Amino acid sequence: MRQSAGRASPTTPDTVVRIAGVDKTFARDGVVVTTALSGIDLSISRGEFVSLIGPSGCGKSTLLRVIGDLVAPSAGSVEVNGKPAAQARRDRDYGMVFQAPVLFDWRSVEDNVKLPLELMGYDGPRRTARAKEMLDLVELGEFLKHHPYQLSGGMQQRVAIARALSFEPAILLMDEPFGALDEMTRERMNQEVLRIWEATGTTIVFVTHSIPEAVFLSSRVVVMSARPGRITDVIDIDLDRPRGVATREEPRYFQLVTAVREALRRGGMGDELAERMEDGSGASIDRTAAEGGIG
Amino acid sequence: MSAAAARPAASGSIAMSRWLRRIRWYLPAVLVFVGTIALWELVVQNIDLRGLPLPAPSEIAGALSDSWGAGRWPIGKAAAATLFEALGGLAIGTFAGVVVAGLTARFVTARELLLPLAIGASAVPIIAFAPLMNNWFGVLNPLSKMMIVAVLVFFPVVVNVTRGLTSVEPAALELMRSYAASDWSILWQVRVPNALPYFFTALKVGSTLALIGAIVGEYFGGSSDVLGRVIVQSASALRFDVTWAAIVVGAVSGIVSYLAIAAVERIVIPWHASQRAGEP
Ligand SMILES: Nc1ncnc2c1ncn2[C@@H]1O[C@H](COP(=O)(O)OP(=O)(O)O)[C@@H](O)[C@H]1O
Ligand SMILES: [Mg+2]
Repeated sequence: MRQSAGRASPTTPDTVVRIAGVDKTFARDGVVVTTALSGIDLSISRGEFVSLIGPSGCGKSTLLRVIGDLVAPSAGSVEVNGKPAAQARRDRDYGMVFQAPVLFDWRSVEDNVKLPLELMGYDGPRRTARAKEMLDLVELGEFLKHHPYQLSGGMQQRVAIARALSFEPAILLMDEPFGALDEMTRERMNQEVLRIWEATGTTIVFVTHSIPEAVFLSSRVVVMSARPGRITDVIDIDLDRPRGVATREEPRYFQLVTAVREALRRGGMGDELAERMEDGSGASIDRTAAEGGIG
Repeated sequence: MSAAAARPAASGSIAMSRWLRRIRWYLPAVLVFVGTIALWELVVQNIDLRGLPLPAPSEIAGALSDSWGAGRWPIGKAAAATLFEALGGLAIGTFAGVVVAGLTARFVTARELLLPLAIGASAVPIIAFAPLMNNWFGVLNPLSKMMIVAVLVFFPVVVNVTRGLTSVEPAALELMRSYAASDWSILWQVRVPNALPYFFTALKVGSTLALIGAIVGEYFGGSSDVLGRVIVQSASALRFDVTWAAIVVGAVSGIVSYLAIAAVERIVIPWHASQRAGEP
Protein backbone atom coordinates (compact mmCIF):
# COMPACT_ATOMS: atom_id res chain seq x y z
CA MET A 1 0.00 0.00 0.00
CA ARG A 2 2.64 2.54 0.93
CA GLN A 3 5.29 3.38 -1.60
CA SER A 4 8.73 4.45 -0.59
CA ALA A 5 8.41 8.15 -0.07
CA GLY A 6 10.36 10.68 -2.03
CA ARG A 7 11.18 8.51 -5.04
CA ALA A 8 10.07 9.56 -8.46
CA SER A 9 8.70 6.54 -10.24
CA PRO A 10 10.30 5.82 -13.61
CA THR A 11 9.02 7.88 -16.52
CA THR A 12 6.59 6.04 -18.76
CA PRO A 13 4.74 7.32 -21.82
CA ASP A 14 1.81 7.76 -19.47
CA THR A 15 3.64 10.18 -17.18
CA VAL A 16 1.98 13.59 -17.21
CA VAL A 17 3.89 15.27 -14.39
CA ARG A 18 7.46 14.50 -13.44
CA ILE A 19 8.94 16.41 -10.52
CA ALA A 20 12.58 15.74 -9.65
CA GLY A 21 14.57 17.19 -6.77
CA VAL A 22 12.48 20.32 -6.40
CA ASP A 23 13.34 22.83 -3.68
CA LYS A 24 11.61 26.13 -3.17
CA THR A 25 12.89 28.80 -0.83
CA PHE A 26 11.49 32.26 -0.31
CA ALA A 27 14.07 34.94 0.34
CA ARG A 28 13.80 38.47 1.56
CA ASP A 29 16.67 40.87 0.86
CA GLY A 30 18.70 37.92 -0.38
CA VAL A 31 18.28 36.00 2.88
CA VAL A 32 16.31 32.73 2.83
CA VAL A 33 13.43 33.15 5.21
CA THR A 34 11.29 30.11 4.35
CA THR A 35 12.11 26.72 2.89
CA ALA A 36 8.70 25.92 1.49
CA LEU A 37 9.71 22.76 -0.38
CA SER A 38 12.67 20.47 -0.01
CA GLY A 39 13.70 17.50 -2.16
CA ILE A 40 10.35 16.88 -3.82
CA ASP A 41 10.21 13.90 -6.23
CA LEU A 42 6.85 12.89 -7.64
CA SER A 43 5.48 11.40 -10.84
CA ILE A 44 1.85 11.52 -11.83
CA SER A 45 0.36 9.37 -14.60
CA ARG A 46 -2.33 10.22 -17.09
CA GLY A 47 -5.80 10.00 -15.63
CA GLU A 48 -4.64 9.86 -12.01
CA PHE A 49 -6.36 11.72 -9.20
CA VAL A 50 -3.61 12.74 -6.79
CA SER A 51 -4.29 14.62 -3.56
CA LEU A 52 -1.69 16.61 -1.64
CA ILE A 53 -2.41 16.68 2.08
CA GLY A 54 -0.50 18.11 5.00
CA PRO A 55 -0.63 20.70 7.74
CA SER A 56 -1.11 24.34 6.95
CA GLY A 57 2.05 25.94 5.63
CA CYS A 58 3.71 22.68 4.56
CA GLY A 59 3.97 23.86 0.97
CA LYS A 60 0.96 22.23 -0.73
CA SER A 61 -0.03 25.39 -2.56
CA THR A 62 3.57 26.13 -3.39
CA LEU A 63 4.01 22.65 -4.89
CA LEU A 64 0.84 23.11 -6.95
CA ARG A 65 2.07 26.51 -8.14
CA VAL A 66 5.45 25.05 -9.03
CA ILE A 67 3.73 22.38 -11.13
CA GLY A 68 1.64 25.09 -12.84
CA ASP A 69 4.65 27.38 -13.40
CA LEU A 70 3.08 30.11 -11.31
CA VAL A 71 6.26 30.16 -9.18
CA ALA A 72 9.67 28.93 -10.30
CA PRO A 73 11.41 26.26 -8.20
CA SER A 74 14.73 27.22 -6.56
CA ALA A 75 16.20 23.88 -7.61
CA GLY A 76 15.14 20.77 -9.49
CA SER A 77 12.95 20.29 -12.51
CA VAL A 78 9.27 19.99 -13.35
CA GLU A 79 8.16 18.40 -16.60
CA VAL A 80 4.59 18.25 -17.80
CA ASN A 81 3.77 16.17 -20.86
CA GLY A 82 7.51 15.83 -21.41
CA LYS A 83 8.06 19.61 -21.56
CA PRO A 84 9.35 22.07 -18.98
CA ALA A 85 6.48 23.49 -16.91
CA ALA A 86 6.93 26.96 -18.43
CA GLN A 87 6.41 25.53 -21.91
CA ALA A 88 3.40 23.54 -20.72
CA ARG A 89 1.86 26.74 -19.38
CA ARG A 90 2.45 28.52 -22.67
CA ASP A 91 0.82 25.53 -24.38
CA ARG A 92 -2.24 25.98 -22.11
CA ASP A 93 -1.88 22.58 -20.51
CA TYR A 94 -3.21 23.72 -17.12
CA GLY A 95 -6.67 24.31 -15.76
CA MET A 96 -6.53 26.05 -12.38
CA VAL A 97 -9.16 26.14 -9.64
CA PHE A 98 -8.46 28.10 -6.46
CA GLN A 99 -10.12 28.19 -3.07
CA ALA A 100 -11.96 31.36 -4.13
CA PRO A 101 -13.87 30.96 -7.41
CA VAL A 102 -12.19 34.08 -8.92
CA LEU A 103 -15.09 34.81 -11.24
CA PHE A 104 -15.32 38.23 -12.86
CA ASP A 105 -18.42 40.13 -11.77
CA TRP A 106 -18.57 42.03 -15.04
CA ARG A 107 -19.03 38.84 -17.02
CA SER A 108 -22.06 36.58 -17.04
CA VAL A 109 -21.60 32.96 -16.00
CA GLU A 110 -21.36 31.98 -19.67
CA ASP A 111 -18.85 34.73 -20.46
CA ASN A 112 -16.71 33.75 -17.48
CA VAL A 113 -16.43 30.24 -18.90
CA LYS A 114 -15.66 31.73 -22.32
CA LEU A 115 -12.78 33.89 -21.05
CA PRO A 116 -9.99 31.30 -21.55
CA LEU A 117 -11.54 30.34 -24.89
CA GLU A 118 -11.39 33.98 -26.03
CA LEU A 119 -7.77 34.22 -24.94
CA MET A 120 -6.96 31.02 -26.77
CA GLY A 121 -8.57 32.13 -30.03
CA TYR A 122 -11.57 29.80 -30.23
CA ASP A 123 -14.09 31.19 -32.73
CA GLY A 124 -17.49 32.48 -31.56
CA PRO A 125 -19.70 29.46 -32.29
CA ARG A 126 -17.17 27.08 -30.75
CA ARG A 127 -16.91 29.24 -27.63
CA THR A 128 -20.67 29.20 -27.22
CA ALA A 129 -20.88 25.46 -27.74
CA ARG A 130 -18.03 24.70 -25.34
CA ALA A 131 -19.39 26.99 -22.61
CA LYS A 132 -22.82 25.39 -22.87
CA GLU A 133 -21.34 21.91 -22.81
CA MET A 134 -19.18 22.62 -19.76
CA LEU A 135 -21.94 24.35 -17.82
CA ASP A 136 -24.23 21.41 -18.57
CA LEU A 137 -21.50 19.15 -17.23
CA VAL A 138 -21.48 20.96 -13.89
CA GLU A 139 -25.30 21.11 -14.02
CA LEU A 140 -25.53 24.86 -14.38
CA GLY A 141 -26.89 24.87 -17.91
CA GLU A 142 -29.83 27.03 -16.85
CA PHE A 143 -27.65 29.75 -15.38
CA LEU A 144 -25.77 30.86 -18.51
CA LYS A 145 -27.03 34.44 -18.36
CA HIS A 146 -26.79 34.89 -14.61
CA HIS A 147 -24.06 36.90 -13.00
CA PRO A 148 -21.67 35.34 -10.47
CA TYR A 149 -23.09 37.32 -7.54
CA GLN A 150 -26.47 35.71 -8.16
CA LEU A 151 -25.06 32.24 -7.44
CA SER A 152 -24.25 30.48 -4.18
CA GLY A 153 -20.64 29.67 -3.23
CA GLY A 154 -20.95 26.06 -4.39
CA MET A 155 -22.43 27.09 -7.72
CA GLN A 156 -19.70 29.67 -8.24
CA GLN A 157 -17.06 27.04 -7.62
CA ARG A 158 -18.75 24.79 -10.21
CA VAL A 159 -18.53 27.65 -12.71
CA ALA A 160 -14.81 27.90 -11.92
CA ILE A 161 -14.46 24.17 -12.61
CA ALA A 162 -16.38 24.48 -15.88
CA ARG A 163 -14.08 27.34 -16.88
CA ALA A 164 -10.97 25.31 -16.00
CA LEU A 165 -12.16 22.37 -18.09
CA SER A 166 -13.49 24.40 -21.02
CA PHE A 167 -10.29 24.27 -23.07
CA GLU A 168 -9.55 20.62 -22.27
CA PRO A 169 -6.30 21.15 -20.39
CA ALA A 170 -4.05 18.13 -19.95
CA ILE A 171 -4.10 18.56 -16.20
CA LEU A 172 -6.40 20.15 -13.65
CA LEU A 173 -4.74 21.80 -10.63
CA MET A 174 -7.12 22.43 -7.73
CA ASP A 175 -6.04 24.27 -4.56
CA GLU A 176 -8.49 23.55 -1.73
CA PRO A 177 -11.38 24.24 -4.09
CA PHE A 178 -14.01 23.33 -1.51
CA GLY A 179 -12.23 24.70 1.56
CA ALA A 180 -14.70 27.55 1.91
CA LEU A 181 -17.82 25.40 1.58
CA ASP A 182 -19.89 23.81 4.32
CA GLU A 183 -19.56 20.07 4.92
CA MET A 184 -22.78 19.07 3.11
CA THR A 185 -21.98 21.12 0.03
CA ARG A 186 -18.42 19.86 0.09
CA GLU A 187 -19.56 16.23 -0.03
CA ARG A 188 -21.88 16.99 -2.92
CA MET A 189 -19.06 18.76 -4.73
CA ASN A 190 -16.74 15.79 -4.09
CA GLN A 191 -19.23 13.54 -5.81
CA GLU A 192 -19.53 16.06 -8.65
CA VAL A 193 -15.77 16.25 -9.15
CA LEU A 194 -15.50 12.46 -9.31
CA ARG A 195 -18.26 12.36 -11.91
CA ILE A 196 -16.48 15.03 -13.98
CA TRP A 197 -13.14 13.30 -13.60
CA GLU A 198 -14.65 10.02 -14.77
CA ALA A 199 -16.48 11.71 -17.65
CA THR A 200 -13.44 13.64 -18.92
CA GLY A 201 -10.56 11.32 -17.97
CA THR A 202 -8.48 14.35 -17.05
CA THR A 203 -5.52 14.20 -14.66
CA ILE A 204 -6.18 16.00 -11.38
CA VAL A 205 -3.83 17.29 -8.68
CA PHE A 206 -5.94 18.29 -5.70
CA VAL A 207 -4.78 20.13 -2.58
CA THR A 208 -6.82 19.56 0.57
CA HIS A 209 -6.47 19.51 4.30
CA SER A 210 -9.42 17.15 4.76
CA ILE A 211 -8.49 13.48 5.22
CA PRO A 212 -11.97 12.14 4.26
CA GLU A 213 -11.97 14.27 1.13
CA ALA A 214 -8.52 13.07 0.09
CA VAL A 215 -9.39 9.40 0.65
CA PHE A 216 -12.77 9.59 -1.02
CA LEU A 217 -11.53 11.28 -4.17
CA SER A 218 -8.02 10.08 -4.86
CA SER A 219 -6.21 7.29 -6.53
CA ARG A 220 -3.13 8.35 -4.53
CA VAL A 221 -2.70 10.55 -1.48
CA VAL A 222 0.60 12.38 -1.12
CA VAL A 223 1.29 13.20 2.53
CA MET A 224 3.48 16.21 3.26
CA SER A 225 5.06 17.60 6.40
CA ALA A 226 6.21 21.08 7.24
CA ARG A 227 9.52 22.80 7.92
CA PRO A 228 10.85 22.03 5.44
CA GLY A 229 7.97 20.97 3.19
CA ARG A 230 8.66 17.38 2.21
CA ILE A 231 6.75 14.35 0.95
CA THR A 232 6.71 11.86 3.83
CA ASP A 233 4.31 9.24 2.44
CA VAL A 234 2.42 8.27 -0.66
CA ILE A 235 -0.65 6.13 -0.02
CA ASP A 236 -2.49 4.25 -2.78
CA ILE A 237 -6.25 4.42 -2.40
CA ASP A 238 -7.60 1.12 -3.71
CA LEU A 239 -11.29 1.75 -3.06
CA ASP A 240 -13.59 0.48 -5.79
CA ARG A 241 -15.01 2.84 -8.35
CA PRO A 242 -17.45 4.35 -8.98
CA ARG A 243 -17.42 5.75 -5.47
CA GLY A 244 -20.53 7.07 -3.79
CA VAL A 245 -22.33 7.44 -0.48
CA ALA A 246 -21.73 3.76 0.31
CA THR A 247 -17.97 4.19 -0.12
CA ARG A 248 -17.82 6.38 2.97
CA GLU A 249 -19.25 3.49 4.99
CA GLU A 250 -16.90 0.73 3.82
CA PRO A 251 -14.42 -0.73 6.35
CA ARG A 252 -11.64 -0.23 3.79
CA TYR A 253 -12.48 3.47 3.67
CA PHE A 254 -12.00 3.75 7.43
CA GLN A 255 -8.74 1.79 7.24
CA LEU A 256 -7.42 4.21 4.65
CA VAL A 257 -8.56 7.26 6.62
CA THR A 258 -6.64 5.83 9.58
CA ALA A 259 -3.61 5.14 7.41
CA VAL A 260 -3.52 8.73 6.15
CA ARG A 261 -4.00 10.10 9.63
CA GLU A 262 -1.14 8.01 10.95
CA ALA A 263 1.05 9.04 8.06
CA LEU A 264 0.34 12.67 8.94
CA ARG A 265 1.22 11.96 12.54
CA ARG A 266 4.45 10.24 11.55
CA GLY A 267 5.16 13.29 9.44
CA GLY A 268 5.49 15.11 12.71
CA MET A 269 2.27 16.86 13.36
CA GLY A 270 0.62 16.89 16.75
CA ASP A 271 -2.36 14.62 17.45
CA GLU A 272 -4.63 17.54 17.98
CA LEU A 273 -3.95 18.97 14.54
CA ALA A 274 -4.40 15.55 12.96
CA GLU A 275 -7.80 15.26 14.65
CA ARG A 276 -8.82 18.67 13.41
CA MET A 277 -7.72 17.85 9.92
CA GLU A 278 -9.72 14.66 9.94
CA ASP A 279 -12.98 16.48 10.30
CA GLY A 280 -11.76 18.95 7.75
CA SER A 281 -12.09 21.95 10.01
CA GLY A 282 -8.40 22.77 10.28
CA ALA A 283 -8.30 26.17 8.76
CA SER A 284 -5.39 26.79 6.47
CA ILE A 285 -4.05 30.17 5.75
CA ASP A 286 -2.89 30.83 2.26
CA ARG A 287 -0.54 33.65 1.78
CA THR A 288 0.00 34.80 -1.73
CA ALA A 289 2.34 37.63 -2.36
CA ALA A 290 0.27 40.44 -3.81
CA GLU A 291 1.73 41.51 -7.08
CA GLY A 292 1.15 45.20 -7.34
CA GLY A 293 1.33 46.83 -10.70
CA ILE A 294 1.00 45.59 -14.20
CA GLY A 295 3.48 43.07 -15.52
CA MET B 1 -28.47 27.85 -3.41
CA SER B 2 -29.54 31.43 -3.54
CA ALA B 3 -33.18 32.12 -4.11
CA ALA B 4 -32.31 35.06 -6.34
CA ALA B 5 -30.70 32.70 -8.79
CA ALA B 6 -33.87 31.22 -10.17
CA ARG B 7 -36.16 34.22 -9.93
CA PRO B 8 -38.22 34.78 -13.09
CA ALA B 9 -38.36 38.10 -14.91
CA ALA B 10 -40.44 40.77 -13.23
CA SER B 11 -44.12 40.62 -14.10
CA GLY B 12 -46.48 43.60 -14.16
CA SER B 13 -47.44 43.57 -10.51
CA ILE B 14 -43.84 43.18 -9.42
CA ALA B 15 -42.89 46.22 -11.51
CA MET B 16 -45.76 48.12 -9.91
CA SER B 17 -44.65 47.29 -6.40
CA ARG B 18 -41.10 48.25 -7.32
CA TRP B 19 -42.37 51.73 -8.19
CA LEU B 20 -44.18 51.92 -4.88
CA ARG B 21 -40.99 50.94 -3.10
CA ARG B 22 -39.06 53.59 -5.02
CA ILE B 23 -41.55 56.26 -4.07
CA ARG B 24 -41.29 55.23 -0.43
CA TRP B 25 -37.50 55.38 -0.73
CA TYR B 26 -37.41 58.93 -2.10
CA LEU B 27 -40.42 60.37 -0.29
CA PRO B 28 -38.66 61.30 2.99
CA ALA B 29 -35.92 63.24 1.19
CA VAL B 30 -38.49 65.10 -0.94
CA LEU B 31 -40.57 65.93 2.13
CA VAL B 32 -37.55 67.26 4.03
CA PHE B 33 -36.58 69.40 1.03
CA VAL B 34 -40.04 70.86 0.48
CA GLY B 35 -40.46 71.35 4.24
CA THR B 36 -37.20 73.25 4.51
CA ILE B 37 -38.15 75.59 1.65
CA ALA B 38 -41.58 76.21 3.18
CA LEU B 39 -40.10 76.89 6.61
CA TRP B 40 -37.54 79.25 5.10
CA GLU B 41 -40.31 81.16 3.31
CA LEU B 42 -42.39 81.37 6.48
CA VAL B 43 -39.50 82.56 8.64
CA VAL B 44 -38.37 85.25 6.21
CA GLN B 45 -41.92 86.51 5.62
CA ASN B 46 -42.90 86.68 9.28
CA ILE B 47 -39.80 87.34 11.35
CA ASP B 48 -37.67 90.44 11.11
CA LEU B 49 -34.15 89.13 10.44
CA ARG B 50 -32.61 92.57 11.04
CA GLY B 51 -30.76 93.08 7.82
CA LEU B 52 -29.54 89.49 7.47
CA PRO B 53 -29.11 89.07 3.70
CA LEU B 54 -31.55 86.18 3.40
CA PRO B 55 -34.22 86.67 0.74
CA ALA B 56 -37.29 84.46 0.79
CA PRO B 57 -37.40 81.55 -1.67
CA SER B 58 -40.16 83.35 -3.56
CA GLU B 59 -37.95 86.42 -4.02
CA ILE B 60 -35.09 84.25 -5.23
CA ALA B 61 -37.42 82.58 -7.72
CA GLY B 62 -38.54 86.03 -8.85
CA ALA B 63 -34.96 87.19 -9.34
CA LEU B 64 -34.20 84.02 -11.22
CA SER B 65 -37.01 84.47 -13.73
CA ASP B 66 -36.40 88.23 -14.10
CA SER B 67 -32.69 88.04 -14.78
CA TRP B 68 -32.47 84.60 -16.45
CA GLY B 69 -31.94 85.94 -19.96
CA ALA B 70 -31.69 89.70 -19.56
CA GLY B 71 -30.55 92.58 -17.42
CA ARG B 72 -27.24 93.31 -15.81
CA TRP B 73 -26.80 89.69 -14.66
CA PRO B 74 -28.12 87.21 -17.24
CA ILE B 75 -27.98 84.11 -15.02
CA GLY B 76 -28.85 81.60 -17.75
CA LYS B 77 -26.02 82.75 -19.98
CA ALA B 78 -23.67 82.92 -17.00
CA ALA B 79 -24.56 79.38 -15.94
CA ALA B 80 -23.93 78.07 -19.46
CA ALA B 81 -20.50 79.73 -19.53
CA THR B 82 -19.55 78.41 -16.09
CA LEU B 83 -20.79 74.92 -16.91
CA PHE B 84 -18.71 75.01 -20.09
CA GLU B 85 -15.60 75.82 -18.04
CA ALA B 86 -16.42 73.19 -15.42
CA LEU B 87 -17.09 70.39 -17.90
CA GLY B 88 -14.13 71.34 -20.10
CA GLY B 89 -11.86 71.29 -17.05
CA LEU B 90 -13.40 68.02 -15.87
CA ALA B 91 -12.67 66.45 -19.26
CA ILE B 92 -9.07 67.71 -19.37
CA GLY B 93 -8.34 66.72 -15.77
CA THR B 94 -9.94 63.29 -16.13
CA PHE B 95 -8.12 62.54 -19.35
CA ALA B 96 -4.75 63.59 -17.91
CA GLY B 97 -5.50 61.69 -14.70
CA VAL B 98 -6.33 58.46 -16.52
CA VAL B 99 -3.18 58.72 -18.64
CA VAL B 100 -0.96 59.27 -15.60
CA ALA B 101 -2.76 56.51 -13.67
CA GLY B 102 -2.07 54.14 -16.56
CA LEU B 103 1.63 55.02 -16.35
CA THR B 104 1.85 54.75 -12.57
CA ALA B 105 0.08 51.40 -12.71
CA ARG B 106 2.36 50.12 -15.46
CA PHE B 107 5.71 51.27 -14.19
CA VAL B 108 6.76 50.67 -10.60
CA THR B 109 9.21 53.58 -10.71
CA ALA B 110 6.52 55.96 -11.91
CA ARG B 111 4.26 54.73 -9.14
CA GLU B 112 6.86 55.16 -6.43
CA LEU B 113 7.67 58.61 -7.75
CA LEU B 114 4.24 60.00 -8.57
CA LEU B 115 1.71 58.32 -6.32
CA PRO B 116 2.88 59.76 -3.00
CA LEU B 117 2.97 63.15 -4.72
CA ALA B 118 -0.56 62.72 -6.04
CA ILE B 119 -1.87 61.59 -2.66
CA GLY B 120 -0.14 64.53 -1.00
CA ALA B 121 -1.37 66.95 -3.62
CA SER B 122 -5.00 65.86 -3.21
CA ALA B 123 -4.76 67.06 0.39
CA VAL B 124 -3.49 70.51 -0.70
CA PRO B 125 -6.08 73.29 -1.22
CA ILE B 126 -5.24 73.58 -4.89
CA ILE B 127 -7.88 76.26 -5.35
CA ALA B 128 -5.31 78.59 -3.78
CA PHE B 129 -3.51 78.52 -7.13
CA ALA B 130 -6.50 80.06 -8.90
CA PRO B 131 -5.07 83.62 -9.13
CA LEU B 132 -1.87 82.17 -10.63
CA MET B 133 -3.80 80.21 -13.23
CA ASN B 134 -5.80 83.31 -14.10
CA ASN B 135 -2.52 85.05 -14.65
CA TRP B 136 -0.95 82.31 -16.76
CA PHE B 137 -3.82 81.66 -19.13
CA GLY B 138 -5.36 85.14 -19.25
CA VAL B 139 -8.08 86.12 -16.85
CA LEU B 140 -10.73 86.50 -19.58
CA ASN B 141 -9.88 83.22 -21.28
CA PRO B 142 -12.22 80.37 -20.19
CA LEU B 143 -9.15 78.13 -20.43
CA SER B 144 -7.79 79.72 -17.24
CA LYS B 145 -10.82 78.39 -15.30
CA MET B 146 -10.66 75.07 -17.10
CA MET B 147 -7.08 74.63 -15.99
CA ILE B 148 -7.99 75.37 -12.37
CA VAL B 149 -10.73 72.74 -12.61
CA ALA B 150 -8.44 70.30 -14.41
CA VAL B 151 -5.79 70.50 -11.68
CA LEU B 152 -8.45 70.03 -9.00
CA VAL B 153 -9.93 66.98 -10.74
CA PHE B 154 -6.61 65.47 -11.79
CA PHE B 155 -5.39 64.22 -8.40
CA PRO B 156 -8.41 62.25 -7.21
CA VAL B 157 -8.60 60.66 -10.67
CA VAL B 158 -4.93 59.61 -10.57
CA VAL B 159 -5.20 58.19 -7.06
CA ASN B 160 -8.47 56.32 -7.62
CA VAL B 161 -7.78 54.94 -11.07
CA THR B 162 -4.28 53.78 -10.07
CA ARG B 163 -5.83 51.99 -7.13
CA GLY B 164 -8.43 50.41 -9.41
CA LEU B 165 -5.83 49.21 -11.91
CA THR B 166 -3.55 47.71 -9.25
CA SER B 167 -5.92 46.39 -6.58
CA VAL B 168 -6.65 43.25 -8.56
CA GLU B 169 -7.04 39.97 -6.70
CA PRO B 170 -3.69 38.13 -6.86
CA ALA B 171 -5.59 34.95 -7.72
CA ALA B 172 -7.09 36.68 -10.76
CA LEU B 173 -3.58 37.44 -12.00
CA GLU B 174 -2.51 33.85 -11.36
CA LEU B 175 -5.53 32.65 -13.29
CA MET B 176 -4.63 34.85 -16.26
CA ARG B 177 -1.03 33.70 -16.01
CA SER B 178 -2.16 30.08 -16.10
CA TYR B 179 -3.87 30.91 -19.43
CA ALA B 180 -0.58 32.41 -20.63
CA ALA B 181 -2.50 35.65 -21.19
CA SER B 182 -0.57 38.66 -22.51
CA ASP B 183 -0.09 41.81 -20.43
CA TRP B 184 -2.44 43.48 -22.87
CA SER B 185 -5.20 40.93 -22.23
CA ILE B 186 -4.67 41.23 -18.48
CA LEU B 187 -5.02 45.00 -18.79
CA TRP B 188 -8.24 44.88 -20.82
CA GLN B 189 -9.87 41.83 -19.32
CA VAL B 190 -9.00 42.34 -15.66
CA ARG B 191 -7.46 45.67 -14.74
CA VAL B 192 -9.63 48.08 -16.71
CA PRO B 193 -12.97 46.51 -15.66
CA ASN B 194 -11.67 46.39 -12.09
CA ALA B 195 -10.82 50.09 -12.29
CA LEU B 196 -14.19 51.23 -13.69
CA PRO B 197 -15.96 51.58 -10.32
CA TYR B 198 -12.98 53.56 -9.00
CA PHE B 199 -13.07 55.72 -12.12
CA PHE B 200 -16.74 56.58 -11.62
CA THR B 201 -16.15 57.38 -7.96
CA ALA B 202 -13.40 59.79 -9.02
CA LEU B 203 -15.63 61.27 -11.72
CA LYS B 204 -18.44 61.94 -9.24
CA VAL B 205 -16.03 63.59 -6.80
CA GLY B 206 -14.57 65.46 -9.78
CA SER B 207 -17.93 66.77 -10.98
CA THR B 208 -18.46 68.46 -7.61
CA LEU B 209 -14.92 69.82 -7.56
CA ALA B 210 -15.34 71.08 -11.12
CA LEU B 211 -18.12 73.52 -10.28
CA ILE B 212 -16.37 74.66 -7.12
CA GLY B 213 -13.19 75.22 -9.11
CA ALA B 214 -14.90 77.12 -11.92
CA ILE B 215 -16.96 79.41 -9.66
CA VAL B 216 -14.18 80.14 -7.18
CA GLY B 217 -11.79 80.71 -10.08
CA GLU B 218 -14.22 83.31 -11.39
CA TYR B 219 -14.24 85.09 -8.01
CA PHE B 220 -10.68 86.10 -8.81
CA GLY B 221 -11.72 87.75 -12.04
CA GLY B 222 -12.99 86.87 -15.45
CA SER B 223 -15.51 87.88 -18.10
CA SER B 224 -18.59 89.24 -16.39
CA ASP B 225 -21.20 86.79 -17.69
CA VAL B 226 -20.23 83.84 -15.52
CA LEU B 227 -21.78 82.62 -12.25
CA GLY B 228 -18.80 83.56 -10.08
CA ARG B 229 -18.82 87.16 -11.32
CA VAL B 230 -22.62 87.39 -10.99
CA ILE B 231 -22.33 86.23 -7.37
CA VAL B 232 -19.52 88.66 -6.51
CA GLN B 233 -21.02 91.67 -8.31
CA SER B 234 -24.64 91.21 -7.22
CA ALA B 235 -23.53 90.71 -3.63
CA SER B 236 -21.49 93.92 -3.64
CA ALA B 237 -24.51 95.67 -5.18
CA LEU B 238 -26.59 94.25 -2.28
CA ARG B 239 -28.85 92.43 -4.75
CA PHE B 240 -28.86 89.28 -2.61
CA ASP B 241 -31.87 87.87 -4.41
CA VAL B 242 -29.76 87.68 -7.58
CA THR B 243 -26.80 86.29 -5.61
CA TRP B 244 -28.98 83.51 -4.23
CA ALA B 245 -30.50 82.82 -7.62
CA ALA B 246 -27.00 82.34 -9.04
CA ILE B 247 -26.04 80.08 -6.16
CA VAL B 248 -29.17 77.98 -6.69
CA VAL B 249 -28.38 77.62 -10.39
CA GLY B 250 -24.82 76.61 -9.54
CA ALA B 251 -26.08 74.04 -7.04
CA VAL B 252 -28.58 72.59 -9.51
CA SER B 253 -25.86 72.37 -12.19
CA GLY B 254 -23.68 70.45 -9.74
CA ILE B 255 -26.46 68.05 -8.81
CA VAL B 256 -27.44 67.48 -12.44
CA SER B 257 -23.82 66.74 -13.47
CA TYR B 258 -23.50 64.32 -10.58
CA LEU B 259 -26.74 62.54 -11.45
CA ALA B 260 -25.79 62.34 -15.12
CA ILE B 261 -22.53 60.62 -14.19
CA ALA B 262 -24.34 58.31 -11.78
CA ALA B 263 -26.78 57.38 -14.58
CA VAL B 264 -23.94 56.55 -16.96
CA GLU B 265 -22.31 54.53 -14.18
CA ARG B 266 -25.51 52.53 -13.75
CA ILE B 267 -25.46 51.65 -17.43
CA VAL B 268 -21.74 50.89 -17.68
CA ILE B 269 -21.20 48.87 -14.48
CA PRO B 270 -24.57 47.37 -13.51
CA TRP B 271 -22.64 44.38 -12.14
CA HIS B 272 -20.87 46.32 -9.41
CA ALA B 273 -21.99 45.95 -5.80
CA SER B 274 -22.53 49.71 -5.48
CA GLN B 275 -25.12 49.51 -8.24
CA ARG B 276 -26.95 46.59 -6.70
CA ALA B 277 -27.45 48.12 -3.26
CA GLY B 278 -29.22 51.29 -2.19
CA GLU B 279 -32.31 52.23 -4.15
CA PRO B 280 -34.65 49.22 -4.27
N1 LIG C 1 5.12 34.34 -1.93
C1 LIG C 1 5.63 33.90 -0.75
N2 LIG C 1 6.60 34.62 -0.11
C2 LIG C 1 7.11 34.19 1.06
N3 LIG C 1 6.74 33.06 1.67
C3 LIG C 1 5.79 32.30 1.09
C4 LIG C 1 5.17 32.69 -0.15
N4 LIG C 1 4.25 31.75 -0.49
C5 LIG C 1 4.30 30.82 0.51
N5 LIG C 1 5.21 31.14 1.44
C6 LIG C 1 5.55 30.34 2.64
O1 LIG C 1 5.82 29.03 2.23
C7 LIG C 1 5.29 28.11 3.13
C8 LIG C 1 4.35 27.16 2.41
O2 LIG C 1 3.22 27.89 2.01
P1 LIG C 1 2.01 27.22 1.22
O3 LIG C 1 2.52 26.50 0.04
O4 LIG C 1 0.99 28.27 0.97
O5 LIG C 1 1.44 26.18 2.30
P2 LIG C 1 0.08 25.36 2.31
O6 LIG C 1 -0.63 25.59 1.02
O7 LIG C 1 0.48 23.94 2.52
O8 LIG C 1 -0.71 25.86 3.48
C9 LIG C 1 4.61 28.89 4.22
O9 LIG C 1 5.49 29.00 5.31
C10 LIG C 1 4.38 30.23 3.60
O10 LIG C 1 4.40 31.25 4.56
MG1 LIG D 1 -2.49 26.46 0.61
